[in-house]
Amino acid sequence: MTTPAREFLQVAAEKSANLSQRKAIRRAIDHYDASARSGRARFADWEAARQRCHDIKWEALNHLDKYLLEFERNLKARGGQVFWAETAEDARRYVTDLATRRGVRTIVKSKSMVTEEIHLTPALEKIGMRVFETDLGEFIVQLRNEPPSHLVMPAMHLTRTDIAKLFEEKLGDFLARGSADFDDPPQLVAAARRALRRAFFSAEMGITGANFLVADCGMIAITTNEGNDRLGTAIPRIHVAVAGIEKVLPHFQDLALFWPVLATAGTGQAISVYNTLIGGPRTAGEIDGPEEFHVVLLDNGRTDLLADAEQRDALHCIRCGACLNACPVFRTVGGHAYGTTYSGPIGSVLTPHLRGLNEYQHLSYASSLCGACTSVCPVKVDLHHHLLHNRRNAVRSADRARLERLGFKMWRWTMMGPRRFAAAGWLGRAFVRALYAIGLGGTAFDPLRPWAQYRALPSMPRKSFRALWRERGAD
Amino acid sequence: MQKVSLFIPCFVDQLTPEVGMDVACVLRRIGCEVVFPEAQTCCGQPAFNTGYWDDARPIAERFIGVFRRAEAVVCPSGSCTTMVRNFYPELLATSSFAHEAASLGRRVFEFSEFLVKVVGVTDLGATFPHRVTFHDACHGLRELRLKQEPRELLRHVRGMEFVEMPSSEECCGFGGTFAVKFGMISAGMGDTKAGNAEVSGADYVASIDPSCLLHLDGILRRRNSRVRTIHLASILARTDNDTERTQTVPKSPNI
Repeated sequence: MTTPAREFLQVAAEKSANLSQRKAIRRAIDHYDASARSGRARFADWEAARQRCHDIKWEALNHLDKYLLEFERNLKARGGQVFWAETAEDARRYVTDLATRRGVRTIVKSKSMVTEEIHLTPALEKIGMRVFETDLGEFIVQLRNEPPSHLVMPAMHLTRTDIAKLFEEKLGDFLARGSADFDDPPQLVAAARRALRRAFFSAEMGITGANFLVADCGMIAITTNEGNDRLGTAIPRIHVAVAGIEKVLPHFQDLALFWPVLATAGTGQAISVYNTLIGGPRTAGEIDGPEEFHVVLLDNGRTDLLADAEQRDALHCIRCGACLNACPVFRTVGGHAYGTTYSGPIGSVLTPHLRGLNEYQHLSYASSLCGACTSVCPVKVDLHHHLLHNRRNAVRSADRARLERLGFKMWRWTMMGPRRFAAAGWLGRAFVRALYAIGLGGTAFDPLRPWAQYRALPSMPRKSFRALWRERGAD
Repeated sequence: MQKVSLFIPCFVDQLTPEVGMDVACVLRRIGCEVVFPEAQTCCGQPAFNTGYWDDARPIAERFIGVFRRAEAVVCPSGSCTTMVRNFYPELLATSSFAHEAASLGRRVFEFSEFLVKVVGVTDLGATFPHRVTFHDACHGLRELRLKQEPRELLRHVRGMEFVEMPSSEECCGFGGTFAVKFGMISAGMGDTKAGNAEVSGADYVASIDPSCLLHLDGILRRRNSRVRTIHLASILARTDNDTERTQTVPKSPNI
């Protein structure tokens, strides 16, 4: 077993038993479920909207060569700069070099999963930059030195009280003194706001992701509910946006569909509060905006996934988090257990492609293949079938336990003959009955222990169906 | 009279034979001629779902050989029906059985689907004087799109009070080898499901997949819950004059 697999098993077991975390996650998702349900009902035809999104993404991804170049051309025409980063290292180096050359000391970041993917913040901190996450949820997990636990709700694993305690410890100066309720959400938000205002006005660089790269107008689209992206791109003199190459949309008008779909699938809102389009640096006569605007287009394994005809639709993902919310495994273990940037079903599909199938094959097995993810995905990624395909690929090309391989060979031999199957079944039932009769059930001798550890054992009938049928079924 | 071939999943054959007997009992009541091709073993899903497609393929081909001449194949598991109908075409895409796989897929039916959509019957004359809730097993719900069919059948059962449980569409946590590879997560999911069944106030949680029920039954009994599990076919098999019940066997005592 690989190290990530061992860690996953250990952490997932701890988190499954952590009932208070499970309750916090359940609470957040119950709230989400209700909003998303009424959100979907606002569409005249939600299924048609999903299909249309799927088709547009399909078009964009199958003509990336055309749309990305179009995006670059249009963006450059307005003075923006584009850097093509093949690897995470390339992207990190571009941003750290730029920050060093321009004498940057303080950076404000808007929420971005792709910068988590390339571990940008640690790289910037290593060269002495002060980096502030400005999305409230991200700000909270940054204070805890944790990665986000969810694509959209980074602090969903925490309760209000957890956050109040954290703020008292870390943001004491910014909390209003003598407030009656120490975990009053408006008070907590106000403290975070006071702390972040300083950062916004002292930062020389703002870093954001991009929800969409719009090819025909050469703009990036950013969606937030807090407006922190606007402050972070208006005040600092340099704006760097990092985006995966799969974020491209062909046409400006596609946003008319993707904005409400993203909002609905992400939070259940009709439309997110702030939808910003940025097309370049400040031009003559404008009163704010950065002097420099850089877009880093990141590959980092995406073209390899594009080459996989079976699974390339995983690149359709718009990071709405709907599959995480729907996933009963995610609901049980939470985002941190996965040990990956992208958690939940989409993470289990993407990570083997981004970080290697051998090390991350276990994620494809950590699913009951229930298909809830696929049924909610707004861009119709065939998520749970890809997990199934990853399993097939793992058996073909990755390390699997030798005992498992042998086990399935024996299973196959048994199932090729009805007499073998009936005999094996009879022996198995008799063995388990005897084992339990002499009190060895649930011990190391019990082959059914992995089952019996968590559940009562089913009865071991004396007669199989085929035996009963022969006796009296065929009348 | 329609001739029906029973497709009894391997674990039903071994662990819950009474479910198979109840299916036969109900099908006979509506006048079907029921046969059980004894050459059948397994559909191949355990290997297929674990990624061992090369081991699953000969089992699938064998299965097609067994049911080749069947007019209608009826199975008391949404999951095993899904395997044959939805996954055989992909598993056998490059096999000489590809064409037959597609053809058999159109003739294999999940039990409630067969009753409601093929035969067109919803009242089986069953009596079951208990409060019952229904767990939507994932493959039946999302791969076969069966939502109303089992509920239609339950609605016509005499003396029964039907109640919906919260999140009836959420997975119970069984998931085949997942249940033993990730027992802790599987049990966590099972606990959530069991809690929802208890909240509904039902005496029984019914489903169309015996695999979910085996897992859920184990979880419920570990919790010392008063809720019991039962397969839809076992509810429909019960009538007022229980003469037909002599056909079926009482559930063996649990260990």
